[in-house]
Amino acid sequence: MSTLDEKAKEGMDDHATHGSDGKQSGAGGFIILFFIIGFAASMVLGWVIFPKLLYSQKQQPFSFNHALHVEEVDDGCESCHFFREDGSFSGTPKLAQCTECHEEPMGDTEDEAIFVEQYVTMEREVPWLSYSRQPDCVFFSHAAHVIGAKMDCVVCHGHIGESEESRPYEYNRITTYSRDIWGHNIAGFAKNSWDRMKMDDCARCHKEAGVIHTSSVQTERDACFVCHK
Amino acid sequence: MKVDRRSFLSFVIGGAAGTALSPLPWKLMDDSSIWSQMWPWTPVPPDGEVVYEDSTCTLCPGGCGISVRKVDNRAVKIEGKQGHPINDGGICILGLSGLQMLYGPTRVKSPMKRIGERGDGQWQKISWDEAIAILTEKLIDIRDKGEAHTVAAIAGSDSGTVPALIQRFMTAYGSPNFMRTPSGRDADELAVNTLFGNQGRTGFDVENADYILSFGSGIVDGWGSPVRMFRASSLWKDKKTTVVQVEPRLSNSAAKATRWVPVNPGTEADLALGIAAVMVSRNMIDTGAVSGLSSWKSDLLANYATEKVSQTTGVAAEVIAELAKGFAGANRPLALCGRGKAQTAGSLRDIAAVYALNALAGNINQEGGMWPIPEADYIQWRDVATDNLASAGLSQPRIDGAGAGKYAQTRYLASRLADAVNGNGPYPLQVLLVASANPCHDLPDTQRVKEAFARIPFIVSFSSFHDETAAMADLLMPDHVYLERYEDVPVDAGLTQQMIGLSRPVVSPQFNTRHLGETLISAAKAMGEPMADAFPWDDYETCLEETLAEKWDTLMEDGVWVQADIDPVGDRLQLAGMDADAVQAEGDVNSFPLLLLPYDTIRLTSGYIGEAPFMIKTVADTVIKGNDGFVEVNPQTARAAGLGQGDMATLTTPRGEAQVRVHLFEGIQPGVLAMARGLGHTAYDAFLAGKGVNINTLIGPVEDPSSGHDAAWGIRATLSKA
Repeated sequence: MSTLDEKAKEGMDDHATHGSDGKQSGAGGFIILFFIIGFAASMVLGWVIFPKLLYSQKQQPFSFNHALHVEEVDDGCESCHFFREDGSFSGTPKLAQCTECHEEPMGDTEDEAIFVEQYVTMEREVPWLSYSRQPDCVFFSHAAHVIGAKMDCVVCHGHIGESEESRPYEYNRITTYSRDIWGHNIAGFAKNSWDRMKMDDCARCHKEAGVIHTSSVQTERDACFVCHK
Repeated sequence: MKVDRRSFLSFVIGGAAGTALSPLPWKLMDDSSIWSQMWPWTPVPPDGEVVYEDSTCTLCPGGCGISVRKVDNRAVKIEGKQGHPINDGGICILGLSGLQMLYGPTRVKSPMKRIGERGDGQWQKISWDEAIAILTEKLIDIRDKGEAHTVAAIAGSDSGTVPALIQRFMTAYGSPNFMRTPSGRDADELAVNTLFGNQGRTGFDVENADYILSFGSGIVDGWGSPVRMFRASSLWKDKKTTVVQVEPRLSNSAAKATRWVPVNPGTEADLALGIAAVMVSRNMIDTGAVSGLSSWKSDLLANYATEKVSQTTGVAAEVIAELAKGFAGANRPLALCGRGKAQTAGSLRDIAAVYALNALAGNINQEGGMWPIPEADYIQWRDVATDNLASAGLSQPRIDGAGAGKYAQTRYLASRLADAVNGNGPYPLQVLLVASANPCHDLPDTQRVKEAFARIPFIVSFSSFHDETAAMADLLMPDHVYLERYEDVPVDAGLTQQMIGLSRPVVSPQFNTRHLGETLISAAKAMGEPMADAFPWDDYETCLEETLAEKWDTLMEDGVWVQADIDPVGDRLQLAGMDADAVQAEGDVNSFPLLLLPYDTIRLTSGYIGEAPFMIKTVADTVIKGNDGFVEVNPQTARAAGLGQGDMATLTTPRGEAQVRVHLFEGIQPGVLAMARGLGHTAYDAFLAGKGVNINTLIGPVEDPSSGHDAAWGIRATLSKA
């Protein structure tokens, strides 16, 4: 027998001795306590600290009052977020659109002043941060959804049109994409259709409207290339 | 409480269980997969509004219409313009690569003055006001000393308002030394003048011809207006038109032809005259469009008997007879000339022989034939009022010798510039202005050209790019690139119509550059009277709009102005210009037993525009591999020199030496070597600099005895194992 084996045997004997001393139940309590501590700590880490570490915040160049603008325009969201002649979606308005009305400051808010001084007079585009920009692998056509499927903007974008100021833009430090894609809830739970914009959310809706979404013969659902070009 | 191993394990298990029940692992997995599929550092083009803007390409003389696809204000793709009379939606590889000229790293981004030694590439950015001041002070100083003629300008073209402004600038200043870079246009203009007795150029109705006899013209290698020629070539295929390519080398054009007739290098004119002799002797000619046939006939028949021509050209006697029969027997035969892209001027004899062949076939001013037509003359500015200083300068001989003495009929001889500056000219040059030209790469015998440039005390480059000539300059006054500027583009390039395209800004200028027209107008104004008086326009755009007058609206609307019905400059060809001796390749046959020929390809630009990275990527690795350039060698010749495919060899000519790799090629005669033109840049960026060998460093100009034009078609050479 080697020396190592002998030592191991001694150790086992020690253990047997402690056990017979009747301290086993106290040790079992400690074990559960440590389990709970480990469990609790990791839950706190996962649910509370991790989201704080994962996401960072940026402020929009200045605050934008959607509610105020919606009241002023005739055509709802499409007054500013319109479809171009070729069917492509204009997305965030360009400076040229804004200056159709804002050549001079309209109103005396601080944000209006920033807008006119730093962007309109300098002829610089406003570097808006887009809350709902999908990752680059996603091909999303607004025309197919809004004109084709007659979906309302609210279904995906929620009630942003009623917001009176721009909330901070949160983005994922790893992917650099907006937090709105995963949704604010770190577990990915969604109460409303606009709470998340992940692939599962697209797929859910595509499945519900199953009749026309059967581009894959095998799965009788939409094929990957419908969105991933 | 003792933390033992069990407690620790328990803690870890608890932690693992808690982690598994928290979003952390699942979210991290999702995020890392998104991250790895879309690396944040991968460039993603921003989205935006897509628009097309039409313009005219000026990267070669072809004059194609282009449609530039833009996303917001970024140009993202260049396409051929649908319905354009020249290219109708087609585009060549150079035209496609234009955005790399616009956004590439080789742009000169601001006016600059040299601060280091010449060629060191040390520049200091200066303002436009300072650049104009440096230029004008220099010019005023020289002019005041009565030495205005010691200023010269070299440009890539002499037609259109911008070259006309340069010429006007030189005239008002008092220098006779405006030069155009050499090209096939030189010999063509001379031939039209000599054979038809008037200034003009030729147009070829290639689309309607039914028998094409091409004397080395690179029909699909960039001759004429390249995209028009591709389309014509396809049309010929559909119509089963016979295309005969006479060329020493199996070029792409030869490979696509119905028949390739390999000919001894430099003897194309002999073959043309041999064919003419057969046609004359068998009375297969149309005498309606030729003058002087009776006196010419006996010389022709004596000097170009089939057997003799067969010996000179290496083309069998029966083939000569077949070609004569095919050409004369066709309904609408058409002979073309100008080797490759017609990059060098060539000799009058070469071109006159082919034009005579056309006249003998009766195709002058006929459908499918050759049309001698006038150049568009829409630039009608009032004459420059020259003062005494200017008149004195203008009365001096030109530095290149053109327009006087034995070169009386010749307009420009830029190929003689180096020789003149290096001591054989009538006077030393003090200032050289260079626009849309890269003589330090494109003129033959580049070393001599660079030597000459080193002797010129002050060189101004208007190039948009850091090219070889800009590297030799003292002052850089960068022009906008074509996608940033307005310009009229009169198109010659063998068209049978007069056509003017309009180049217009597709994007706003990317850097602190200035339109050359604008630079000239402001320099002239800064020089005061009488220079300012010759440039009455507020700016270039005003000048352009006024000059184009009623054509302006058409050009703004359609992008192109076409005049189809033009009176030709002549309808009878005076048989002349063919009695000179054939131009021989430079070099002693015994010391240099081989012949080196340059060849042109559509994948390389050969002009003052350097190849874009897109183009270099398409060049076969039998032309360049890494940085090594290849020379095409017949396997028999290679064997004799102990060389195999890919071997490194030393190529020596009377003008220079280069290390090249060997490409064994059956499509070239034993004893003949060929190398692509357009490579071997020393300037530009890493995509282009150092790639291959500049064949101009190996070939020198050979003067055409009739005109002084550079008529070199090759040079004697040796090839040995490196």
